[in-house]
Amino acid sequence: MSSILPLTVKDAAVRRRGKTLIGPVDLTLGKGGVTIVVGPNGSGKTTLLRMLHGLERLADGTLDWAVPVEAARKRQAFVFQSPILMRRSVRDNLAYPLQLTGTSRSEARQTAEEWARRVGLSDALTRQAMVLSGGERQKLALARALIRDPEMVFLDEPCASLDGRATREIEEILTRAAASGTRLVMSTHDMGQARRLADDVIFMLHGKVHEIGPAAKVLEMPETAQLRAFIKGDIVE
Amino acid sequence: MGELWEGIVQAFVLVVTLDAGLVEISMRSLRVTLSALVIASAIALPLAAVLTIQRFRYRRITVATLNALMGLPPVVVGLLVYIMLSRSGPFGVLGLLFTPSAMIIAQVIIIVPLIASIAHQSLRELWSDYHDLLISLNTTKRQRICALLWDGRRALLTAALAGFGRAIGEVGAIMIVGGNIDHVTRVLTTAIVLETGKGDFALALGLGFVLIAMAILVNFAIHSLSKTETRGRW
Repeated sequence: MSSILPLTVKDAAVRRRGKTLIGPVDLTLGKGGVTIVVGPNGSGKTTLLRMLHGLERLADGTLDWAVPVEAARKRQAFVFQSPILMRRSVRDNLAYPLQLTGTSRSEARQTAEEWARRVGLSDALTRQAMVLSGGERQKLALARALIRDPEMVFLDEPCASLDGRATREIEEILTRAAASGTRLVMSTHDMGQARRLADDVIFMLHGKVHEIGPAAKVLEMPETAQLRAFIKGDIVE
Repeated sequence: MGELWEGIVQAFVLVVTLDAGLVEISMRSLRVTLSALVIASAIALPLAAVLTIQRFRYRRITVATLNALMGLPPVVVGLLVYIMLSRSGPFGVLGLLFTPSAMIIAQVIIIVPLIASIAHQSLRELWSDYHDLLISLNTTKRQRICALLWDGRRALLTAALAGFGRAIGEVGAIMIVGGNIDHVTRVLTTAIVLETGKGDFALALGLGFVLIAMAILVNFAIHSLSKTETRGRW
């Protein structure tokens, strides 16, 4: 199976009611690794991820995968900041993406149980997803995103409002996924998390890619005053 | 007050002695109403799901019309169905007038808008929760409709039960298209009208209590089968 990457974005923009939310954006995402998107609130991190995943319509520009877009859509996943869980049990939430692709019910359930074990939700298999704790909900959403073995996963602040332990568990799952070749693009407010996970960093400001590059360079030797201020924890406007 | 008490006693006697006439019209009431409910749900629930996920030019007008049709006057529906099924009407050749089938058709027309409107309201909320996820999972429209109908099934049950409630108590339309013929189209509601007309208020009240009890029992049975209001379920 040929790779869906690289993803090439040229002059892409998203507008709503005449207002430009992000753009123009130019970037290329190659195979493997973890790209962390950072930036202040309202800088366009979420919109960027949603645009790359196809949840936002392009007003301008192009977004090209290495394969036709329909094929690319099938091999990517999205984890939302507030996990969207179906009104089903943990097992059925996990099995759902597999059943969509024609996997038999028994095989889907078996794989669901395997993934529940991997993310530490074995004991919650028959519980309704809506009654899980915040950390469990996010782990479930993450496992559901990974269960179809996507080549690329977008994560919109998956650890926001989680405590340190839950964050560590999520990061462990992400590290394992990245090590097995899954391309991760994740937004975060947590600079510590960016340092722990990032291979590349995108700094968004005012709806534009302000700075982009390898994590070691961008985080340790930022080129712009705004990114320096953001890393220091100052208010960036 | 005396008639009310007499009605209760009458209902009790009818039920305990398993009065043959009562059993016959009760079964017919149930058969007609449940048939109408199944057919109406099969039309209304997918319609509600399609209206929820599909964007088209006249969507708002369609939804507003559907809501307005919840108040369809049963007598008018009965009259229209009568005209359509009468010998000179377009479907007269089918010979359905004054049969339980005609009563089912009238009830379906009356309750489809009701079930569809209530279902649409519930599914709209569910769709706003699921929208991004189902788009992200690259689902087809059919898969989205199936997910909404399955995950919203308990709210949809309420919509269906509202339809059942409207249908089981309906009298105007089925009186016109059924004709209240003894042993053929007489049901509980039309029998109540008949007995009231004859001045036998106690029997009419008795039948009324049986009708109410039947509606409650069917509701309980459906809730019980679908396991609503149990712990950890929605």
